[in-house]
Amino acid sequence: MTGQPAAADLAEVLRVADLNVRLGGRQILRDVSFSMREGEFTGLIGANGAGKTTLLKVILGLQPPTSGTVRVAGQTRARRAGLVGYVPQKIALDPDMPMRARDLVGLGLDGQRLGLPLPSARRRRLVDEMLAAVGAERFADARVGNLSGGEQQRVLIAHALISRPRLLLLDEPLANLDIASEQDVVSLLGKVTSEQGVAVLISAHDMNPLLPFMDRIVYLAGGRAATGTTDEVVRTDVLSDLYGQHVDVIRVHDRILVVAGRGGGTRVPAPSTDGPAGPCEDEPHPDPHLAESTWP
Amino acid sequence: MTHLLHLIVEPGFFANAPVRSALLAGGIVAVVSGIVGSFAVLRGQSYAGHALGDISVAGGSASFLAGVSPLWGFAGVGVLAAGVMDMIGVQRPRGRDLATGIVRGAGLGLGALFLYFATTHTSTTGATITILFGSLFTISSSLIPVIVLFSLPALGIVLVLYRPLLLSSAAAELAAARGTSVRLVGVLCLIAIALTVSLSALTIGAILSTALLIGPAATGLRLTSRPGLAMAWAALIGLAATWLGVLLAYDSFYWGSARHGWPVSFFVVTLILVFYLLSPRPVRRVPD
Repeated sequence: MTGQPAAADLAEVLRVADLNVRLGGRQILRDVSFSMREGEFTGLIGANGAGKTTLLKVILGLQPPTSGTVRVAGQTRARRAGLVGYVPQKIALDPDMPMRARDLVGLGLDGQRLGLPLPSARRRRLVDEMLAAVGAERFADARVGNLSGGEQQRVLIAHALISRPRLLLLDEPLANLDIASEQDVVSLLGKVTSEQGVAVLISAHDMNPLLPFMDRIVYLAGGRAATGTTDEVVRTDVLSDLYGQHVDVIRVHDRILVVAGRGGGTRVPAPSTDGPAGPCEDEPHPDPHLAESTWP
Repeated sequence: MTHLLHLIVEPGFFANAPVRSALLAGGIVAVVSGIVGSFAVLRGQSYAGHALGDISVAGGSASFLAGVSPLWGFAGVGVLAAGVMDMIGVQRPRGRDLATGIVRGAGLGLGALFLYFATTHTSTTGATITILFGSLFTISSSLIPVIVLFSLPALGIVLVLYRPLLLSSAAAELAAARGTSVRLVGVLCLIAIALTVSLSALTIGAILSTALLIGPAATGLRLTSRPGLAMAWAALIGLAATWLGVLLAYDSFYWGSARHGWPVSFFVVTLILVFYLLSPRPVRRVPD
């Protein structure tokens, strides 16, 4: 978005440099580099299997990279320092678990500590404030497992934010949400980004719900990344280069469609690459969901 | 008034030394089982807890042959089995039942062998009944310090690891993201479960120990949405079932004319089932 202070004024929160990840003989990420500044809202966009979750796990420190570095606010072992908040993908909270929304948010404050939690007015106030900040007061005392998908996302975001991290990572938080909850969660994230100055990196297979809030984009395809503003990255030439085959970028009613094709806008099934090294080996359709549902 | 009391409590109940030991030992074990069992239920390790009970038969019967308290054998074999289960892969959802089943099979095989030796070499069937179905009334007061000795680490593990355990039970990814070693926490919890099962194997028997571990915990989880309160309820329900069971077993001696008391374990596990069935289903919040 425009109207932000000049990027150089803001502290750098994340720097990913020349990151390579090989898992089981397969190159998942190839020379990925990008950086994020405080208060920035970055979309990590790519199809299923593009390496989004792997990249988030490397940043979190749960997956060691094959080569390259990740620094969060200048620190190498970020997760120990509590600088990173994380909302994992497709989390299944058990309805039989006796845990209220406020209990899970409280564990965001001290869930790694030993010993019993002592009741304290300060802890309760912090939890109440966080629940209010994400609009979860109404179901604060309900069992988390009984909440709807959108409500659970709010609680998980509060859990991740209550310890005041510098960087918030969200793995496909919009998957399995209905359109109304999707918009709620995105605007909530836009709000906390500006209020708390936290840098948000959010992965999604569809960039469209994020467009109104996204400052920058990290577009993953075939393990490689293109980064910049949406206008810089989501272009026919840049994405065709990234995918290693021609793709069309089509803008309709403020929505962006990325479609496999061969120039002229005619959709042609992508060639299947049998060779081992093709950058788009697992990307026969760059954005199959959009291509099939919206493009005739 | 005394007549009314005698209808419930037969004469001599509180003056009886075995009864006092039974109330004390059973009470300690019930509280530990309720609290540790809550984590077994939360983590979906009820079957692992059950298997640890079955496996501890091998340890209990070995102790009988060696002439030491069965508690040492129950606990030793249980902790060993917990370690093997982790090595095979109890921490993976798919590996969990597999690992448990394999270790349980091997443990029960050993148990069968030792029980065979115990019955053929010592020409008594009492050992088998004691090990499989418990013997709360035969616990001597000298064993109570040993029970406390085993209770402390079991309770200590889950109380010290309370928050990491709770978070990793709710969602392992969230705990891992905070730097918690989900696997280490899992092994320690399994060891606490093994110690707890060895205690309940002593009081209500190796075969029935799961009932005390799982029943009160499952009931507690239905009663409240607060994790700490659910564990307190579980401890209370286990305590109530054990003490009422002791009372009924004592009273049963006077039932009919045969003058044979019924086994305590029967009453305890039956009361646990009754409490579970009487507990209200948790209200499901309708999403709006």
